[in-house]
Amino acid sequence: MTNIFILNLVRFIVLSLIQVFLLQNVGYYNLSIPFLYILFILLLPIKIPHWLLFLLSFVSGLTIDIFYDTLGLHTTACTVMALARIIFINLTLQQDKYESNQTPSLGTMGFRWFFFYAVTLTFFHHTILFLFETFRFSDILYTLLRTVSSSIFTITLIFIYEYIFFHKRIR
Amino acid sequence: MRNLWLFISKYNAFFLFCLFFIASLSLLLNNNSYQKAWTLGISHQFIGEIYERVNFFKNYLHLEEVNNSLALENTRLKNELKSSYLIDTVEKHIVRDSTRKLQYIYIVARVVNNSIHQQNNYLIINRGSKHGIKRGMGVTGPDGIVGIIRDVTENFARVQSVLHTESRFSASVNGSIGSLVWGERSLNSKIAILKDIPSHIKVKPNDLVVTSGYSLFPMGIKIGHVKRVGLKGGNSFLDIEVVLSTDFSSLQYVYVINNKLAQEQQAIEAQTQNP
Repeated sequence: MTNIFILNLVRFIVLSLIQVFLLQNVGYYNLSIPFLYILFILLLPIKIPHWLLFLLSFVSGLTIDIFYDTLGLHTTACTVMALARIIFINLTLQQDKYESNQTPSLGTMGFRWFFFYAVTLTFFHHTILFLFETFRFSDILYTLLRTVSSSIFTITLIFIYEYIFFHKRIR
Repeated sequence: MRNLWLFISKYNAFFLFCLFFIASLSLLLNNNSYQKAWTLGISHQFIGEIYERVNFFKNYLHLEEVNNSLALENTRLKNELKSSYLIDTVEKHIVRDSTRKLQYIYIVARVVNNSIHQQNNYLIINRGSKHGIKRGMGVTGPDGIVGIIRDVTENFARVQSVLHTESRFSASVNGSIGSLVWGERSLNSKIAILKDIPSHIKVKPNDLVVTSGYSLFPMGIKIGHVKRVGLKGGNSFLDIEVVLSTDFSSLQYVYVINNKLAQEQQAIEAQTQNP
């Protein structure tokens, strides 16, 4: 139990540092911006209590907001994403089959499930993020384009990260 | 209670979501100037639209009174037309009339907001500096005086109405001049008090009270009529209750009076005060 706690804490710190100091400077103009830190929320244990999930999403969003100077924006997107995660897991998994601290990662869940999982949640997160950033519906096409291209960028990074760190477990 | 608790715990994800979503949204709206401005702008626009709709329907309720007052005013104006005077001069010759200059110009305005129940009442009219309105001009209604322009913006002006504790108007009754005040004893929107009329002047109920011409208004504009005359004990001035002829509760159209010579008059008044 302490093991999974420390693993998640380290993951949170590493992903936040990557996001703030590396990925903040990376991006295709304003069109495609990666947000890798959401992987932390993706990889929280399957059976995590709902309140803890919301709280951790809130805190991780807030951390990124403080560095990006957009207080509340990532927090909102992460909260919506946490709800999407709960609904997605409820619909696709029978939770009693899994151990209490199992992580829904690429290695344990298989490529197909993890791919849909990552795509759905990333899309939810990015849609809310860009919608609330522009805060109007008049440029909806441009916002949608930004959402899609940023999602592609983020998902690519998520898979690269997963293959680097969990390569051995796949075999 | 138990059922409620069961209900909440069954859908706890949704309630938690609401809680955290509201928290993050309030963070977003309070700390980002663009989103904050947008939200405030939308809510102001929304409220303004509601007020406008309500006003639109309210106008219908007063339609009959407005029609009547307009018809009355039309007849009054027609009576003043040159054509309705009897011409009894036989000889006619054209005189270039340079002595009669236009002194007062009337600007019509619609009342967009009105209050009568406060101690200090104001009206807002839909004419402003764009239409030549300046601070200090007089305002009359179809039935009598209404007030003085206090503040002017580009499209709107605020009128300090007669129903204001600091309003003072120079008024005359039977040729004697006093000052008209309101709100000292009661906040009745129909009754004002005329002070400073010496007690030797004979004033009866139903005598007409008009403007004196000393202030911003032209001479002889109707204010109201005398309701009751009293004498304060030991005082050498009369204490007259005046029924105002303007019905402030249904006021819709007013006229702003532009006195073209006001500046000149004020200049010479200022000179006498500081010799």
